[in-house]
Amino acid sequence: MHPKKSLRFAPRFPGDPATTAVARPSTGHRLLARPELGSVVGMVAIFVFFFAIADPFRQATSMGTVLYVSSTIGIMAVPVALLMIGGEFDLSAGVNVTASALTASMLSYQLSVNVWVGVLVSLVFALGVGFLNGFLVMTTRIPSFLVTLGTFLMLQGANIAITKQVTGQVATDNISDMDGFGAAKAIFASSFDVGSVTIRVTVLWWLLFVAVGTWILLRTRAGNWIFAVGGNVDSARAVGVPVKQTKIALFMGVGFCAWFMGMHRLFAFSTVQSGEGVGNEFIYIIAAVIGGCLLTGGYGSAIGAAFGALIFGMTNQGIVYAGWDADWFKFFLGVMLLFATVLNMWVRRLAVRR
Amino acid sequence: MTPHRTASKLLALAAIIALAAAGCSSEGGKQEEEKGDSGNTGVADTPRYTVAMITHEVPGDTFWDLVRKGAEAAAKKDNIELRYSNNPDGPEQANLIQSAIDSKVAGIAVTLAKPDALRGAVQKATAAGIPVVALNAGLEQWKSMGVTEFFGQDESIAGEAAGQRLAQEGAKKVLCVIHEQGHVALEARCAGVKKGFGGAGVVENLNVNSKDMPSVKSTITAKLQQDKAVDRVITLGAPIAITAVDSAKESGSAAKIVTFDTNKELVGSIRSGDVQWAIDQQPYLQGYLAIDSLWLYLTNGNVIGGGQTVLTGPSFIDQKNIESVAQYAEKGTR
Repeated sequence: MHPKKSLRFAPRFPGDPATTAVARPSTGHRLLARPELGSVVGMVAIFVFFFAIADPFRQATSMGTVLYVSSTIGIMAVPVALLMIGGEFDLSAGVNVTASALTASMLSYQLSVNVWVGVLVSLVFALGVGFLNGFLVMTTRIPSFLVTLGTFLMLQGANIAITKQVTGQVATDNISDMDGFGAAKAIFASSFDVGSVTIRVTVLWWLLFVAVGTWILLRTRAGNWIFAVGGNVDSARAVGVPVKQTKIALFMGVGFCAWFMGMHRLFAFSTVQSGEGVGNEFIYIIAAVIGGCLLTGGYGSAIGAAFGALIFGMTNQGIVYAGWDADWFKFFLGVMLLFATVLNMWVRRLAVRR
Repeated sequence: MTPHRTASKLLALAAIIALAAAGCSSEGGKQEEEKGDSGNTGVADTPRYTVAMITHEVPGDTFWDLVRKGAEAAAKKDNIELRYSNNPDGPEQANLIQSAIDSKVAGIAVTLAKPDALRGAVQKATAAGIPVVALNAGLEQWKSMGVTEFFGQDESIAGEAAGQRLAQEGAKKVLCVIHEQGHVALEARCAGVKKGFGGAGVVENLNVNSKDMPSVKSTITAKLQQDKAVDRVITLGAPIAITAVDSAKESGSAAKIVTFDTNKELVGSIRSGDVQWAIDQQPYLQGYLAIDSLWLYLTNGNVIGGGQTVLTGPSFIDQKNIESVAQYAEKGTR
């Protein structure tokens, strides 16, 4: 799908020959052809909608909460989007967050060591899960959907079984009075006030991760490799792209961010429930797809995934702010997401046709 | 792209918007109904307050229907606008509390099933001057979190009461079915059963997934087939008990079913003898008292319970007293 000569530039919409034929399109045109354009329009539409109907949504303090909720999705949506562009899924992403938090918490508590020891060991663990996923996908050639479904179920079971074996209950012990907790909390789960608005530090980390993800995709050789392996593995391999390494690195990227979110959960709440995180993997994928990633790989952006997370966060909180019946919550969420996705697609088609 | 395809896209968009509008209008109808009803029942003439109730309900559990009905009844009588929301995930529930603070509600009623995850959010609410009461779960922790009142039952005491009754009945091997992994209160119930049962025999725990009833049924069936020595199954929720009745029949086990908590269908099962007895913690009362107590606090500065837990259970419902409960269960309030 991807002509090799265009790999240097921003990716084009794969179905459209007109854009790929042009060597260097104008800046305006390139902006319109960006994958995240549709999600921006969707985001504005959702924002205007809730701004109009939900009174608390208009207050600046509420924006702090919306940004926080979006950041907890958005931090994971970045590596998940990169992985999807590279043509793979990771269904273990949600429980890996919980597994990392459990590892750090239980290790520190049981051995009575500085929490940073647990933090570092769990980083190794989370990267290991990512590596295992990537390694199994590449060596067995089983679709990542199945491989990561397996690791998803394994982690889900291990989370509960090991936690119960070690702590005798289903949640970990409170570690908030241990050495190093304060410093770790400052990094992973602190907040500061800007005027009346409380901004959680995860929002800043989210911005950084999006920036790094975008830089990798658009400005580095690794970025070209990611688009190449997701677009067409065989031709990528033929031109010398290290397919195996690229994909394993992408899975490990998901592991890294899962570790980061796990640390946030641990240091924000001091304890971890072993059953949590199940189902979040789909939310990350949804955010990436709303943001313009194709389910088939080879196309998408990290910024788009950020807008996708923001759409999800705004809808999530907006429904509560609007005071709608909680029984209908999931229904409204579905309608809003469908609406955003359809709008997204429609805008993109319109832009490409121009 | 042809104009025809664009048109069909627009049509799809219109259909989605229509669907959303249909969702909204049903809520409008409900509001009308409430207005119509309130004229008959009499409403307090105190100012209209907005109060948030935030629970850890797994969507669709009948237990929470009763809690909500109690809360709605109190809200209607007290001229309170009730905003109910729920999420079984601790950090997500904390976000819902934050949303209630952002919305500047007059009071918050919250379940503390995962107390450590909620501590920060609850303390933020009290710091913002919003009174917080707790219900159902969090017996051990509510006092240390700045919560003023608590309505619920002591799960360990309830579990012990159940365990003692099972021992008296001559049970030898009890299966305790936990339907929400990670829920501290449910674990406490089974631990209580074990304690109350004492040396009378063995209590074994079984984890099932209450979000998927067929899997609950087959898991219990398999366990009963595997272990014929089990003579009592104690479930921790009414829908699970009714499923366990099916499992016992299917597996050919002679195990009798007893349970925590009730609902309308379970009352029928106790009457017919399918379920031996149930421990009732009066969920309707928990919801009602949580909202009513906030109203009393907001309008008159009253606090119920004198800083202690207000116990709403445990009491036993069996064939002896089922008829007095049944008439309320018919109305869906017990």
